[in-house]
Parts: sequence; structure tokens; C-alpha cells
Amino acid sequence: MTFDCVVIGAGLAGMTAGVRIAEGGARVAVIAKGVGSLHLGGATIDVLGYAPEPVDSPRAALDDFIAANPDHPYARVGTNAVSGSIEWLRDHLPEIGFVGDLDANLQLPTAVGVAKPSAVVPRSMAAGDLRAGGDFVIVGLEPLKDFYPAYCADNLAVAPLTNGGSLRARAISIAPPVAGEADVSPLGLARRLGDPETRKEIIRTISNRLEPGETVGMPAVLGVDDSPAVWTDLSESLGTGVFEIPTLPPSVPGIRVFRKLLSLLRSAGGRLLVGPEVLGMEAEGGRVTAVKVDTSTRIVEYRAAEFLLASGGVSAGGIKLGSDWRFVESVLGLPVALAPEPGGERFLPDYFGEQPAARAGVAVDDALRAVDSEGNVIYENVRVAGATIAGSEPWREKSGNGIALATGLAAADEILESVKGGD
Amino acid sequence: MELMRASLDHCVKCTICETYCPVSNATQLFPGPKYVGPQAERFRIGDISPDASLDYCSGCGICTQVCPQGVKIAEINSQARSLLKETKGVRLRDKIIARPAVGGRLATPVAPVANWVLQNRPIRRVIERAIGIHRSAPLPRFAGRTFQRWARKHRGPAATKSVVYFHGCGANYFEPRLGEMTVGVLEHNGFEVIVPKQDCCGLPLQSNGLFDAARGYVRRLAAALAPYARRGLPIVSSSTSCGLMLKREAREILEVEDDDLQVVSEHMYDICEFLMMLHDEGELKTDLGSLPLTVPYHAPCQQKGHGIGSPALDLFGLIPELKVVEQIAECCGIAGTYGVKKEKYGIAMDVGETLFQGVKAADPDVAACDSETCRWHIEHATGVRTVHPVELLHRAYALDLRAGASRG
Repeated sequence: MTFDCVVIGAGLAGMTAGVRIAEGGARVAVIAKGVGSLHLGGATIDVLGYAPEPVDSPRAALDDFIAANPDHPYARVGTNAVSGSIEWLRDHLPEIGFVGDLDANLQLPTAVGVAKPSAVVPRSMAAGDLRAGGDFVIVGLEPLKDFYPAYCADNLAVAPLTNGGSLRARAISIAPPVAGEADVSPLGLARRLGDPETRKEIIRTISNRLEPGETVGMPAVLGVDDSPAVWTDLSESLGTGVFEIPTLPPSVPGIRVFRKLLSLLRSAGGRLLVGPEVLGMEAEGGRVTAVKVDTSTRIVEYRAAEFLLASGGVSAGGIKLGSDWRFVESVLGLPVALAPEPGGERFLPDYFGEQPAARAGVAVDDALRAVDSEGNVIYENVRVAGATIAGSEPWREKSGNGIALATGLAAADEILESVKGGD
Repeated sequence: MELMRASLDHCVKCTICETYCPVSNATQLFPGPKYVGPQAERFRIGDISPDASLDYCSGCGICTQVCPQGVKIAEINSQARSLLKETKGVRLRDKIIARPAVGGRLATPVAPVANWVLQNRPIRRVIERAIGIHRSAPLPRFAGRTFQRWARKHRGPAATKSVVYFHGCGANYFEPRLGEMTVGVLEHNGFEVIVPKQDCCGLPLQSNGLFDAARGYVRRLAAALAPYARRGLPIVSSSTSCGLMLKREAREILEVEDDDLQVVSEHMYDICEFLMMLHDEGELKTDLGSLPLTVPYHAPCQQKGHGIGSPALDLFGLIPELKVVEQIAECCGIAGTYGVKKEKYGIAMDVGETLFQGVKAADPDVAACDSETCRWHIEHATGVRTVHPVELLHRAYALDLRAGASRG
């Protein structure tokens, strides 16, 4: 198998890079051990929420943040790349209708009623912005486990507001017509909300209990591919703002984004292989010539001019901690930077504190090529994107998807330039 | 069993398998792969499954493919289902439909009668009541001749390289033309095609939980093919699910540890995989004529289980003017013998609905799919003639015309 580029990993970084490379006219294969983290996360583009103090405007904060954190992935690509990547996403996924920009963070409620800063969010979530306060009713759907409207509403009601507005929230719980089911997943419910009759029933029930001036928050199950129509129907029929709150996995908003990106990848001639694991590589003269892919009985070499590693960080298994206490990059065996010394302290008791191992990952240069501890490029044609890159603490900064998007697209640009230059 | 079970510990309950399970998305009777797999497996220490909903798993294998943690969900569930059947007993129907080669041998000499019986609606209603094969389920037509018989008489052109063809029961009894076209394409590319005597691979027995019988079949088949593999000859299959059985499933699900099987699996190729490998090495002939057709292509679940990407799409890309519409639907629903069962036919139709709509929306000339039972099901549900990718290649090479010309 020969491609211009092989991308390893099908999360936000790998998929957006794959689409961009394919649209740029190069032959690309995205290979992933399983489908990626988009199915688990909320599909908001969190660029920078804490630095570590709360960030109101990522655009205003990014330059200082980069100066203070020279090892951070944002320092490799710069503020303009972050900004450009968001425009790219907005243009490519008009159905999702991303709203917001780098100028101001929205504050959206999580399923437990905590305000979370996000720069860019799906249109179906935007009415949940808490910054200006307001009256909210959080609607639970009874068959859906792990979404407790009272928990969400009670926490929201006591959430501190930075703008001095007032916020009221109450909870209601409704039983949508999904009779006879013991176990309903968010995706199952989302499919049912695609049905106009089911939706009509839900709208009627909510209407009866809605008070004037209330904005409606619901678990993020408002349709799958038909979500724009489902959300519009609910908003118009209820005559007020309706917003989705990300649920525990599976994440329907994430699945929508994945499906759109996959469709873009395919129409641009790119390939996605889900299932086979990349076991390693062949290298020659400072370049990787092929990655070794475990098919059902044979190891098959996928040769390419360029490779992009977007296999995720510790939570996705892209970075692993070995039994010898050493951190390893699990696919290509690249060196891991910013890891605690073997024998040193790896974890601190304060769960939300700055953990010693938090920034571990693969260090890269400004062209996103993996570098060693001296800063020397390891392979001319191996780039890294997303959570595999060293230097960020996405869960503390609220920067995960922002980094994935900006580095994925920046790496794709470098790859396209290199592929075209080689012609 | 231990190898598969060990993967359980990697489950983080992310629910991605449930998201992709075509069956649990279509019916409430199946609670989903995570539930009957990594969760219920903890209660199956040397005993039967805690509940029988497991039987509604179609065995498509998608859960294992999409799992980002490497949990062998489908394999664990297949093994548990076999245990369930051992304790609860296997229906007569399942014993019959799991043996296509037996049916093929019996029906081929009397094919017109057998086909009339199996297409006769009143008789099908009786069969449904008697043994539980759904009256509307797509059953293949017996060709009335076998591919083996054709192959024994066939004399190919002189060639310098050889390949072994594992045609499977589908091509032998139901679609001998596919076998002939596969041979034609390989011969056109300079191969002598060896067709050893061969029987069923045991896959339908495996998917019906009859593991011991399946092991017998797959061992015998491996023994028949192994001498060629030991000579280093590649073995190709135009039946993607049976090829996967030899590559991986006999080892992973049936736990057959066998030298013959090992060497055969190492030399086993899906036909499209093999042809694209030739292309990669610059050895595939590209004298392909235009086919101005619109063809929806469905990569069946078992094809995806090979982990080889979509070689059929790459081959289609070599055919001028062929417009291929890749289907996004995961599964057609039939899953071998699953969808012909009375209690599961409706589920199989619901599972395939997205695909059927996609196929029809393409307003196609023909549809393409690598697996025989999926082709029959798609054709049944959409009325669109559905062919193996090799058939399109055969047409683009104009091999019938060439054969005619050389005879003339």
C-alpha cells in the first residue's frame, strides 16, 4: 500500500488533518485502532479556558500564554493558526453551525451544572451560555441514565456569575415515548428524536410545563444527522432558546462531527481504516519509509512520503507509562519529553493540581516534526498532532480540542507543502 | 478462550461498541455488545451466559473493529453463544442452514425442483412453521452445476506463476459464474489457477454455535490447502467471510491450533487484496475498458474484519468512467444465516434499512459487495442486482469478448 500520507489516529486531530490533506489533492489513509475520541467528548472547541486564571478572551490571552509556556503546542503553531483552524472548521461543517470565536469564551453548563469555558460551540449548545444569566429549565429524559436534571439545575442556580447577572434554574423530568426499554443510550434517544411524532409528544410535554422567559436545556440527544432540523423544530415550537448539554459517552454531538468529517474525507478520496493497529515502522536515512499495520494474519507495510501521528495522549493510549516507570510513545516509539524522571514523583495527591506527568508527550519543532531532547528532528517526515504533543494540560487549561484542531490542520499544511514540493 | 478473555480488562466502558452495534440499534431484543460481552462475561466463569439475549448478536464483528481499546468483543460473544447453545441445545433449523455444502450436494442434481420448492410461497410458509426459516428470507438459487466440475475441465493458458483458489460453497453451488470470472481475471494476469478439491470452511456452523462440527470442517479444509501453502503459493478467496475464517476466526473464535491452519492463514488473501497487491508491485494488468456505470459499493462487515482497507475501491478506481458510491452504512443485516431465521429476519431488514436506502438513492445499474449472503440480501431488499467486485473487473477487462475472440 502506498500513499502520500498515512495518518495514525481518528480523533479530531487525525480526522481534520486527513480531510485537509485529501482536499489538498494528496492520497491519504487514516488508520485507527478503533474509532476515536470524538465519540466520547462534547464537540465544543475549547481553546483556552484557564491560563491558569479564568480566560475571558482566548485571542487576548494567547500571546501572553504562549510567551509564558514556550513548550506548549500553541507556541509551536501560534495564535493565527489557532484562529485559522476555527474558521476552517466553521466552513467545513456548516450543518453543525459552530458559533463563537477567539474573542470571547462562552460559559456552557456541563451535565453536573458547572460552567465550562468554550470558544466555539455547536449552534445547538449556544443558548446555554451562562454569562448573562437568565432563567433556565433543565429537562431530563427519564429513560436516560446518568443525566440528572436536578443535579444540573441546583448547581447552576448557585454558580458564580462573573458579569453580575442573575441566574435561576429549575429541573423537570419528562418521560418521552420510548416504552418498554430498559437501557437507552444517548444515541438511541437521539435517533428517536429524529422521529417527528416522538418529537411532537416531547414538545407538547415540555410546553405544558414551560414558564415564560425560560430557556430550555436538554441532554445532547437532539437528533443525529438530522440535528439541525430537530433543534430548529424544538426551538421554534417551544418559542424559546433550546440548548444541548453534553452527556456521558456516547457523545451524540461528537458523533455528528465525526460522521461529517468522515463524509468529507471520503468525498475527497481519503481512506479510513478502523480496526487494524499500527505496530511500528521502517526507517531509512532519517526518514520513515513505512508503518507496519497488523491485518488479520499479516503485517502489511503502508508506505508513504509523510506520516502524521495523532494517536492521542495518555487517556487514549498514545502515551503509555511502562512497568519500568518510563513513559513511551506507543506507536512509533518516539521519545517522550516533559515526563518525570524515573523514580521521581509522578502523581500528587491533589487531583486537580498540576501533576508532574501531565505534560508528558512528544516534543515537536515549529513544523510539528518530532524532536529529541536536544531539539533535533528525529525523522524528516514524521509529524505529530493533538494530544500526543508534549507541553499541555488540556483538562486544566480547557484546551484539548483547540490544540487538536490547530495542530492537526497545521501539520496537514506542512505535509501538503512537503508532498507538493517533492513532486 | 483465555486469549480473548484477557482483553476484557481493557474495556473502559466507553460505549463506542454500543454506538456502532447494528443490531442493538435496530432492536430492543439485543442489549448491545458491551452488555452481553465485557459486562456479562464476568458472570460466565465456567457456566452458561446469565441471559439468552446473547443469541441476538449477529456476529458481524463491528464491535471489535471499532473498539479503541482492543477488546475482542465479538469473539468473546461468539464463544459465549456456543456455550449457551451447548447447554440449551441447537435447533434443527440451525443445523440445516449451517451446512451449505450438504445442501448443495443434495440439491444440485435436482436444482430446478429445489429452486421451485424454495421459491414457492405456500411451501415457504410451511417451512417457516415447521422449522423457522422466514418465509421471505432470501435463499440462494442452486445453479444446478458446480464450479468444481467446471474447474476440473477448464484448461487455462500457459502461465509462469501459480495461485490457489479457495472458492467456498457460495461459488461452488450458487454462483459458479463468480468462480469462473475469478479464474478469468487471475489467468488474464498471468496466473495458473489451481483449484484443489475443497469443502465448507465451517463458518456457518461457527456462527450457529456448533463449534465442534465447525472445527472438523476447518481442519479438513486447512489440510486440503496446506500442501500448496507449504510450497509458498498464495491462496485467494472470492468469499470474504470464508477467507476471514481461514485467516483469523478459526484461530481466534474456534481456537483451532493446527499447523495446517497456521500455514494456510499466512498465505490466505482476499481476492481484491491480492489483486491490489499485484497492482502495488506493478504486476496487475490495467488494460481495463470503460464501464460507464453507477455502482453503490458496500464493504461488508467481514471484509472490514480483514483489516486490509478497501481494495475493491482501489480496483474500481482503475476502471475508466466507473462511478462508485461508497456506502456509509455499517451492515446489511443478514450476517450469514442470521437474517434467514424467522425471529431475526425483521431485525435483519431493519439493520439494513440505511444501506438499502443508500443503494436505491444511487439509482444504480448494479451494486457491488464482497460477500455472497450480503449480496443476496441487498438484492432481495432493493431489487438491485448486486455483484462481487471481481465481476466488474471481469467486464472491464472484457474477458468474455476476449474468450470469444480466441475461440473464434
